Amino acid sequence: MQISARPRRWHILVFLLPAFIVYSAVMILPLIETLRLSLFNTVDGQSTFVGLANFQVLFGDERWAADFWRALKNNFIFFTIHMLVQNPLGIALAAMLSIPKLRLAAFYRTAIFMPTVLSFVIVGFIWKLILSPIWGITPFFMDLVGLKAFFGPWLGKPGSALITVSLISVWQNVGIPMMLIYAALLNIPDEVIEAAECDGITGWSQFWKIKLPLILPAIGMVSILTFVGNFNAFDLIYTVQGALAGPDGATDILGTLLYRTFFGFQLQLGDRSMGATIATVMFLIILAGVSLYLFGIQRRVRRYQF
Amino acid sequence: MSKARISPLRSGFVHLALAAYTVVALFPVVLTIVNSLKDKNAIFRTPLALPTAETFSLIGYTTVLKQGDFIGYFQNSLIVTVVSIFFALLFGAMAAFALSEYRFRGNTLLGLYLAIGIMIPIRLGTVAILQGMVAAGLVNTLTALILVYTAQGLPLAIFILSEFMRTVSDDLKNAGRIDGLSEYAIFFRLVLPLVRPAMATVAVFTMIPIWNDLWFPLILAPGEATKTVTLGSQVFIGQFVTNWNAVLAALSLAIFPVLILYVIFSRQLIRGITAGAVK
Repeated sequence: MQISARPRRWHILVFLLPAFIVYSAVMILPLIETLRLSLFNTVDGQSTFVGLANFQVLFGDERWAADFWRALKNNFIFFTIHMLVQNPLGIALAAMLSIPKLRLAAFYRTAIFMPTVLSFVIVGFIWKLILSPIWGITPFFMDLVGLKAFFGPWLGKPGSALITVSLISVWQNVGIPMMLIYAALLNIPDEVIEAAECDGITGWSQFWKIKLPLILPAIGMVSILTFVGNFNAFDLIYTVQGALAGPDGATDILGTLLYRTFFGFQLQLGDRSMGATIATVMFLIILAGVSLYLFGIQRRVRRYQF
Repeated sequence: MSKARISPLRSGFVHLALAAYTVVALFPVVLTIVNSLKDKNAIFRTPLALPTAETFSLIGYTTVLKQGDFIGYFQNSLIVTVVSIFFALLFGAMAAFALSEYRFRGNTLLGLYLAIGIMIPIRLGTVAILQGMVAAGLVNTLTALILVYTAQGLPLAIFILSEFMRTVSDDLKNAGRIDGLSEYAIFFRLVLPLVRPAMATVAVFTMIPIWNDLWFPLILAPGEATKTVTLGSQVFIGQFVTNWNAVLAALSLAIFPVLILYVIFSRQLIRGITAGAVK
């Protein structure tokens, strides 16, 4: 390590300053300012410190609480569907892709990852068209397998809209868990697999007993990425269901609620303080998730040194 | 020892499953593009057929190009994405170099501070970002978007690049110092060229979320002159919901550039995501 004898090493400052200034000014300070704004509200036209009153309103006031708790509940359902469908599906695809000497693996990999690089806007509209009863693509396919009777305008029904939107999001994002877990599987050294084979552990039991424990750190990482992504989601629901996250708010999550609240929508005026309050709640949820991961899960998951 | 080969039956099953999911992944996109090239009757009567001489029609594309300023949207997206990536890479590489090369007080702390943004999304500060942009008079300018995306890209760029810069040999840098190169020359002429592959990975990574973002264009730059492709197609398609030709053509126009870039860079991208596990 080079330790210069010069008393002032200005070049370090020059190297660090641009990144530090842009990052602090555009990211960290606004974040802190948003947290601060959540403790203020406009009283008689003046911005006044109100303590936790905004949170009381958000959690308890009849105008806000119903919307907020519904958005929070929907957000947890959204996340749960990702954890139950996207991540197991990603693991399964990765496990199949990582079979040694599998032909066409590169093609499958590239094709399955493709939807992930498309924007939520494109994905949202494409699926809106495909699921539309007017075009009739979905009923046509369901007819082929004899399930036409079960088709319905899923995006338009309060009971099925949230699940449908979540599955669209799963379709788009399954490439990320697939790739991260695929990499983890490829990084398992051959000796470990060979040793397992010598002991007669192959196929399914090899996957469950040898590989799965070894890729747990990657699964933990995928889970926290999913968590942060889901509690920060907005684009897909805005595209498919609009800012009101219809039908009747059935697909409203924290991101869409934040947008409507602070930016305003149609007749509803934007409310900066309540917007900041919702953003703060989202920040605390994400912070809690990330902390749980960093201090709870990541430390406890056994890491294997190869 | 040779690997225990999997039985042909199992391998057949694996191929079947992967091929089936590949169809699920590609079908919606293919369907959109194929139908964008057909006339309205064919879209509804034979949605699964390829366009034939009779059903072929570019009416959707002509409507889109006449009505919406898609070329302008593309230009905006391109400017925002390229300039943001440039600054995120330049500032990120400079900071990464300082953090990995020099020992100074607060080094670790600063590294942690700059890493917060990897996990905490910049969107949560939107209320104050909008307020700041209004105060600075930057609303409805591309500059606002460039600033936000540069800040958004920096944490990951610094994190990945400093990992790579630690692998650049100290001997090389010290040889440069003995030859009288300044620290700036060492950074720009010795280190930067060596971490070029890592920079390419970071660039590809950073590009996708910037190009695809809807949130910040919607809030910071919704004006007609500053619309990005993502916002532009969102608004445009929203207006033309009943004109299926136009909707499908607009979607295809939004898909093409991404698809072309993906085909070119997919290897780079996949290697980046899997941290080199895939050769």
